[in-house]
Amino acid sequence: MAGSPSHSVDLSQAMIMAPSTPSDWLIISPIIITILAGSLMVMLRARPASHAYIATISMALVVACELLLLQNVLQNGPQSMTMGRWMPPFGISFTVDAMGALLAAISGIVALAVCIYSSLDINQTGRRLGFYPFLMLLMTGVSGSFLTGDIFNLYVWFEVMLISSFGLIILGGEKAQIDGALKYAILNLMATTLFLVATGLLYGVVGTLNMADIALKVRLLPPEAPMATIGALYFVAFAMKAAAFPVNFWLPASYHTPRIVVSAVFAGLLTKVGVYALIRTLVMILPESRDQLSDIMVVVAGATMLVGTLGALAQNDVRRILGYLVIAGIGSMLAGVAIGTGPAIMGSILYAVHSILVMTALYLALGVLIRMSGGKYKLSELGGGYKASSLLSLLFLILVFAVSGLPPFSGFWPKFVLVEAALGEGHTWLTVIILVSGLLTSIAMGRVWAHSFWRGGPIGTEDGRDAAPLTGLVGTVRARAFIPISALTVFVVLMGVMPTPFFGMAQQGSYSLLSPQAYTKAVFGEVIRQKQEHHKKRTEESEGKTMSDKKEEGNHQ
Amino acid sequence: MEILLALLVGAYFGVSVYLMMSRYIIRILIGVAILGNGVNLLIFTSGRLTREKPPIIPEGSMVPEVITANPLPQALILTAIVISFSFLAFLLVLAFRTYQELGTDNTIEMRVAEPDNEAFPPVSY
Amino acid sequence: MKTLIFRTIAPFLAALMVLFSVFVTLRGHNEPGGGFIGGLIAASAFAIHGIAAGVHSVRRTLYFRPLSLAAFGLMLAGLSGLLSILFRVPFLTGLWAFPEIFGVELALSTPMFFDIGVYFVVLGALASIALTLEE
Repeated sequence: MAGSPSHSVDLSQAMIMAPSTPSDWLIISPIIITILAGSLMVMLRARPASHAYIATISMALVVACELLLLQNVLQNGPQSMTMGRWMPPFGISFTVDAMGALLAAISGIVALAVCIYSSLDINQTGRRLGFYPFLMLLMTGVSGSFLTGDIFNLYVWFEVMLISSFGLIILGGEKAQIDGALKYAILNLMATTLFLVATGLLYGVVGTLNMADIALKVRLLPPEAPMATIGALYFVAFAMKAAAFPVNFWLPASYHTPRIVVSAVFAGLLTKVGVYALIRTLVMILPESRDQLSDIMVVVAGATMLVGTLGALAQNDVRRILGYLVIAGIGSMLAGVAIGTGPAIMGSILYAVHSILVMTALYLALGVLIRMSGGKYKLSELGGGYKASSLLSLLFLILVFAVSGLPPFSGFWPKFVLVEAALGEGHTWLTVIILVSGLLTSIAMGRVWAHSFWRGGPIGTEDGRDAAPLTGLVGTVRARAFIPISALTVFVVLMGVMPTPFFGMAQQGSYSLLSPQAYTKAVFGEVIRQKQEHHKKRTEESEGKTMSDKKEEGNHQ
Repeated sequence: MEILLALLVGAYFGVSVYLMMSRYIIRILIGVAILGNGVNLLIFTSGRLTREKPPIIPEGSMVPEVITANPLPQALILTAIVISFSFLAFLLVLAFRTYQELGTDNTIEMRVAEPDNEAFPPVSY
Repeated sequence: MKTLIFRTIAPFLAALMVLFSVFVTLRGHNEPGGGFIGGLIAASAFAIHGIAAGVHSVRRTLYFRPLSLAAFGLMLAGLSGLLSILFRVPFLTGLWAFPEIFGVELALSTPMFFDIGVYFVVLGALASIALTLEE
């Protein structure tokens, strides 16, 4: 019989013997909570009214856990827990450093905002089709990607994220949704398959899948190992997930088709997970490949910024303008990875935080405007937003300034850091492109604000006169719409006026990426301690034995 | 043997890339399926090819006594097979729905989400 | 497929397959088998039943919606991993208990409950797909 006491083997050398602490469980808690909440809601399909409450409460719990985890990581350095007590690298480790904890916490906050907002945007049918369970499983995938310390496990979380995003993107089943979903699905599946190819090759070279272990072993490899190929494959795969320039076309083709809350959560989170994985693999695990790819990345980053902002200028559909701005933001984050110095990586992390907050808030605010104007989303048809809601137009204006990188809002500091880092490394052209893309973004988004909020009616009508007054929102709807948008905007403003704590966290993140000793120590520290103890005990035993042997010999004499 | 399998993986990838460059959804999906199989074979080859010795540690010792088969790639491949199988099933259903709704399986004619002759944004205030 | 022979045999065959799937799941810890393959066998049993007696009959037999079964399995698997929080060991650690019931030693373990969870996930997901396709 399995594991029965009579047959048991001493596994103390293959297992972590130290008891797990509550702070260890914080690492895994976002995943457990979201999985349990998601499965509970699938079982309660017949009671869709309860879904919004379950989702909001469990997301609030996840945010609380992630904030505690962030605090713990900032105080005590990277944390790790290996599943099933097996010793790393054999067990699957969840390892979290400052970057992972920061992004996980921010994405949890954004998801909580989306949970509150969606209670007015998702109707009974949407709930019965499983909006909330899919959202929870999406958050399982997103948090899992940020927190895992195993590269194959990262692939699994990517797939969890992908399959739940399929469910979300086709919610409703309109023609445009199916069209967008098909392109989204095929291209993202190709990207994750490329990721798997790269992981298979990497496993063939280093023989391990634990990220900390790979980071240690890659530095000992002979020079003929095909690391450039593997690094390039990872770059292509994650650039495709993040929608960088030559492989970005799936994003503007699909992100405007689903419900606006779904677009908001996709624009905020999914592409950033791609950037996170790119930073994790190329900066921490394979730094030499990043050095080799640096020149290509500079070109890709610049092209992505230009394509994103020019695309935004050329669009009439406001949702697609925001889609192109997501791409432009990806370009800025890639610029930091391409430069590759400590401050540049810090700029990328800061930009990711800013982009998660501001893109989600923009989509949500746009959703309110579209709702008030009766489902219109074309720039040439929108107008009169200021008259309908001055609060919304103020929030939107703040977000427009933030996304353009103007002070004193969140977009300014990451751009500032990136420009400084680019100039410091002599990337003049990249600096110019970062600044130009900021200018173009402010033109594109300024136009959106001027036309849809400032102007009294759509283009063609006489300005100053209401062509068709927008419908206001009733009390309960207004609270559910404005609480999440205002909360996200408060974060955007806070990050602009009090950047010091964000700088500290991002700096700690970039430090632990560029010199991963603390990361590897978090994974292997306990193993090493246990081995030393075991060794000590054994030498003591053998010494004791020789002592007693000698004693016995003495007695004989 | 590794070289043969590597060539086979290359052939799989070549075929799948060729198919995925087609403009017809059904060919793209066959390409995706072949790519998945190619990756599985690649992981299998990456895990080193050994004779069929089961990786069982005899009683009393801490490590296997002879070189055994590597169990990890099989676990990875099993995961990848399950995932790629379910994704392919989903994509087939999605492609079928697309064909029903849009009446075409030609990606160039699928312009519902991105209309062909979209108006320019307003250029004046 | 609605021949008399098939319709007569199908219920017995399906019942036998469900029984076999439970057997395969429970022996799976140390021998070939496990929740995944057990779930596949059970799902094919219901598929056979569906071909012979119609989708409606299968839904009545299952009583719960297939996706609810899958969600229940996911929850069971998650909870069996979560149990280790009480014993101060990491997530998903195998915990064993050997209670004696009527003089027979019974090996209860969290891996077994995890496997049963997998069984329900596979059964629920595949039965849901099969029933949708058969309709």
